[in-house]
Amino acid sequence: MMKFLKLKPSVGLLSIPYSLIFIFFFFIPLALTFIISFWDYNEYSIIPDFIFENYSYIFKDCFNFEKDLCVTFKTYLSTFLFCFVTWFFTLIIGFFVAYFLAFYVSSITWQIVLFLLCTIPFWTSNVIRMISWIPLLGRNGLINDFLLSTGLADAPQEWLLYSGFSIVLAFVHLYTLFMIVPIFNSMMRIDKSIIEAAYDNGANGVQILWNIIVPLCKPGIVIGSIFVITVVMGDFITIGIMGGQQIPSIGKIIYVEMSYLQLPAAAANAVILLALTLLIIWIMTKMIDIRKEL
Amino acid sequence: MLNKKNKTYYVCVFFFCLFVLFLYGPTFTIVLLSFQGPNGGLTFPLNGLSTYWFEELWRGGSVVDIGSAFKRSIILGVIVMVLTVLLSVSAGLAFRKKFWGSDTLFFATVASLIVPSIVLSLGVALQFKLLDDFTKWLGSTFDINYINEFFQTTLGMFSSGLGAQLTWTLPFGLLIMFAVFNRFDKSYEEAARDLGATPWKTFKEVVFPLIAPSIIGIALFGFTLSYDELARSSQVMGAGNTLPLELKGLTTTVTTPVIYALGTVTTFVSFSVIGISIACYIWLKRKKG
Repeated sequence: MMKFLKLKPSVGLLSIPYSLIFIFFFFIPLALTFIISFWDYNEYSIIPDFIFENYSYIFKDCFNFEKDLCVTFKTYLSTFLFCFVTWFFTLIIGFFVAYFLAFYVSSITWQIVLFLLCTIPFWTSNVIRMISWIPLLGRNGLINDFLLSTGLADAPQEWLLYSGFSIVLAFVHLYTLFMIVPIFNSMMRIDKSIIEAAYDNGANGVQILWNIIVPLCKPGIVIGSIFVITVVMGDFITIGIMGGQQIPSIGKIIYVEMSYLQLPAAAANAVILLALTLLIIWIMTKMIDIRKEL
Repeated sequence: MLNKKNKTYYVCVFFFCLFVLFLYGPTFTIVLLSFQGPNGGLTFPLNGLSTYWFEELWRGGSVVDIGSAFKRSIILGVIVMVLTVLLSVSAGLAFRKKFWGSDTLFFATVASLIVPSIVLSLGVALQFKLLDDFTKWLGSTFDINYINEFFQTTLGMFSSGLGAQLTWTLPFGLLIMFAVFNRFDKSYEEAARDLGATPWKTFKEVVFPLIAPSIIGIALFGFTLSYDELARSSQVMGAGNTLPLELKGLTTTVTTPVIYALGTVTTFVSFSVIGISIACYIWLKRKKG
């Protein structure tokens, strides 16, 4: 602290309020979560201790390979699957939307307007955006009406809503923006003369896309992927609402344990979830030099 | 060049239009359905057009106290907005030079965006539970009457709830400030200093007018992200729920278009705030230019 005061008394001090928020609402809560994951508990209170029961309970029966897969592994497997499918679709859609904005819209004003058009839903309620699928996908929804009236189906399709399908649909709907922004940012940094040079040398559109644009967008793709994957990993609201409260997720386990006041058990689950999320991010950042991109 | 109007161009335009339809289409459906007639249900067809469900929402008959949840959300949103602007602008100014702990603070900013919200919500809830236990212990050990009689919990909308939301809005504010100062021409500031202006005066007269349009952007993020925030505040709001929390509860209990009417109202609020912000932004840009 003293050292810092001597260096830049007036300007550095301005970061103190911001830092205090992060110390009090970020560092301390995460540290406490880690500590309390080793505590004991009963119906009405948490008891300071140093036990591993909260962790061993999570992996109970998980290494007994004669039985079925344990609940924990099953839940993680299902969450990973949601991550992968959501990642795949947000990447494809996000990439091409960004590609259109960056290379096919030539006026800056239009670029800003269309970019805003993609961003505005991010500033509106997620819950509303989820509910708004119900009149389309439900048993008597528009899609089923259409399928029945055209004779494409003889009975209402039940898998459209409250299913894995509707969960992925909602994720893609909500979070494709997280891909568009960083990929668009990478694309705008590409020197247009490189593309022109490739074009003059006879490269076709697909070659330019695959050999020039995609490699140069790698940082944007990685940053977008980190956002999408972490948000799906910890989700409990979208999976809850769009899955009709029937499909498990890690976030939901934590949520339920909290409502039963089994706080140390919830903390142990949170520590594992956080560790796995960090591991995934670490692997992904190995693919690019983040420092170079900032 | 790529931007000549060939076949790929039209495929891309078509794809983009589909995407926009995908983004806005569902919201448009529920706005339409919220004007359902009194006998209408949750799906099409429309049984006449009416404002019946808005009146129903206003009366509050079938739903929990939406009015006060709405008021709470707006108040909290405004407080988060003001704090987000003040704290991220001042931190943004600090970050223009390296300072003690700046790397750690930057790391925390990025980490806060990607840490699962439920984990953070749990952490803050644990922290305030320990704070409660500690306060009660103080009360009983030192026989402090006030605590023993009146103290219930430190958990609440303007303590834990506010803090949890700030960990979500502040990173956006600071990252916007980074983007602003990366493109900032320092020579204006130096000129002001050479002419003998104090640091505060330089900020007020030179820097602030230049960054004002971007501050509108930060305010927009601060308000809208707080107004719709759900995951981080879900465990730490204490007794009074915000609108998104009430809405989440309603998804499982309400089976009438009242929920669409509510959706239309809150989407209208969001769009108004976005519209006003964009208008202010353009106005400030024009004034400057």
